Amino acid sequence: MAQMTMIQAITDALRVELKNDENVLVFGEDVGQNGGVFRATEGLQKEFGEDRVFDTPLAESGIGGLAIGLALQGYRPVPEIQFFGFVYEVIDSISGQMARLRYRSGGTHTAPITVRSPFGGGVHTPELHADSLEGLMAQQPGLKVVIPSTPYDAKGLLISSIRDNDPVIYLEHMKLYRSFRGEVPEGEYTIELGKADVKREGKDVTIVTYGAMVHASLKAAEELEKNGIDVEVIDLRTVSPIDMDTILESVKKTNRVVVVQEAQRQAGIAANVVAEIQERAILHLEAPVLRVTAPDTVYPFSEAEEVWLPNYNDIIEKVNTVVNF
Amino acid sequence: MKHVLESVESQFEMFQILNEDGKIVNKDDMPDLSDDELKELMRRMVYTRILDQRSIALNRQGRLGFYAPTAGQEASQLGSHFALEKDDYILPGYRDVPQLIWHGLPLYQAFLFSKGHFHGNQMPEGVNALPPQIIIGAQYVQAAGVGLGLKMRGKKNVAITYTGDGGTSQGDFYEGINFAGAYGAHNIFVVQNNGFAISVPREKQTAAKTLAQKAIAAGIEGIQVDGMDVLAVYAATKHARERAIAGEGPMLIETITYRYGPHTMAGDDPTRYRSADLDTEWEKKDPLVRFRKFLEGKKLWSEEEENQVIEKAKEDIKEAIKKADQHPKQKVTDFISNMFETLPSNLVEQMEEYKAKESK
Repeated sequence: MAQMTMIQAITDALRVELKNDENVLVFGEDVGQNGGVFRATEGLQKEFGEDRVFDTPLAESGIGGLAIGLALQGYRPVPEIQFFGFVYEVIDSISGQMARLRYRSGGTHTAPITVRSPFGGGVHTPELHADSLEGLMAQQPGLKVVIPSTPYDAKGLLISSIRDNDPVIYLEHMKLYRSFRGEVPEGEYTIELGKADVKREGKDVTIVTYGAMVHASLKAAEELEKNGIDVEVIDLRTVSPIDMDTILESVKKTNRVVVVQEAQRQAGIAANVVAEIQERAILHLEAPVLRVTAPDTVYPFSEAEEVWLPNYNDIIEKVNTVVNF
Repeated sequence: MKHVLESVESQFEMFQILNEDGKIVNKDDMPDLSDDELKELMRRMVYTRILDQRSIALNRQGRLGFYAPTAGQEASQLGSHFALEKDDYILPGYRDVPQLIWHGLPLYQAFLFSKGHFHGNQMPEGVNALPPQIIIGAQYVQAAGVGLGLKMRGKKNVAITYTGDGGTSQGDFYEGINFAGAYGAHNIFVVQNNGFAISVPREKQTAAKTLAQKAIAAGIEGIQVDGMDVLAVYAATKHARERAIAGEGPMLIETITYRYGPHTMAGDDPTRYRSADLDTEWEKKDPLVRFRKFLEGKKLWSEEEENQVIEKAKEDIKEAIKKADQHPKQKVTDFISNMFETLPSNLVEQMEEYKAKESK
């Protein structure tokens, strides 16, 4: 099996689907000749031609609207928003339009669109490049929100997203793009959307997390193991909808939960997970469900990312708190 | 300064075929329409005027919901639509329900849209259109996508979209015409300039002398048309359609028009921002009056024929509102069903919950 980085796995998934379905179109700012600012679309225009993989004018709302219009002509658009902080420019096309198309047309029109976008902190980008805005997307009914944490998941989830007949927001954590390699099968395979994955089994505490925080959590789990604390790490993979079955099964086993997200604390995915757990499994809990999050400030200036982003020490501290409660 | 363009001061000359007296002032551009087609245009305008009057009355009786009056804009709406083919795609604004009706949306569904029932948005098979857009300008960027799709599919069809004068201030307006221009997409962009964005006059909306000239920056063709002259609107749209499908690029059409009624029936009072004198001035330009004079001059129209259309419209409306009233009421489970192809886990649960509630 090939060893790939996450960005290579993403390119591979796009290639598989461009080959598999002539209606798949890949477009966005700099995705054509240049292969994308992160090279996610490297070589695809050359391989599939300018009709399938193409550059757009520099306007995010236009890109979102273009995707909707192309979907209405039977295409399966995979637009890229160059950095997810730019999503504010395309919120109407995404949340106001594509998320509502099936609903408002009573099922007569659909938007099988996968919006891909890099996000996430720790790579010293300028303002509005690194923000974790998945909560904003998850607030909108009609969207699925997918966040892979490994090259294997990235490919299978992207293929599933593209094949989904409803809009999917597929977010790629920039720090994971090239930080490690993993095994990725050749050709096509899918991973069901809305299904979490237990990345590490354990019996004492459950960590529910996603994205880059999966790796911080795994690192924390290794450290905690030295102190005899056996941590289970659940990678949500899809943050809307949330796979409560997998979470509850784990909670009933460990009776202790910490939810970890890179995003700020207010509202958001972690708050939703906590609410669902207390509604469905409060009698299984031996301690309050705690959260590890970023503080409720605007995303920091890049030099200060390390002091702002949650890290594995924060996770260890919260796990110890629920264990010793 | 030497290098400053002077063209910001340039005016587009308004394209007209019929003057206010129903006389042809521009023989060269007179469209090639048969007598039957000319009469059909008149029938549609009369029918739509009656539909507007009845819709306003029904709204006042509480039998309709959201309604944006159309009287005054018939030539802009129906003249442009008459230039289309059945397989062309319409992306309407919320005042553009008449175009949908003449494209094949049954009248009772138009009423259901107004009442706030999703069946009003379910385009029948073969009616190539989106439901009316509520966000000003959002349809412009989507139209560029449909227009590009039609081009890539090799179709000899266009995507036509409508907004008002206010819509030309939106970012999506510029993004839409710019994308379509860059891709040479099969698009017709219509701006129905009725002088007011709810209450804000056109002059306060932009320093541009015309809205048509906004096409220049996008590198596409633009034209300003007398929007009360159905033949001029038809001819301009026909021209735009032929260019688009020939691969010559999209076109922006500004129609100069007026809405006699309020912005919508939800409490807008036009006397707060328009004078009675202005209303009177525009009523003299009325598209129906003008076209009736033209047809009468050609012995193609009579009071009797007009009355027949009026009676037919009234009858259809009566039937349609009855059918709309009898349509099954919406349930939360309908809404849940319409969210996704396959329900995600949260909605599977909520579906069960609401099924139980609804069966009580």
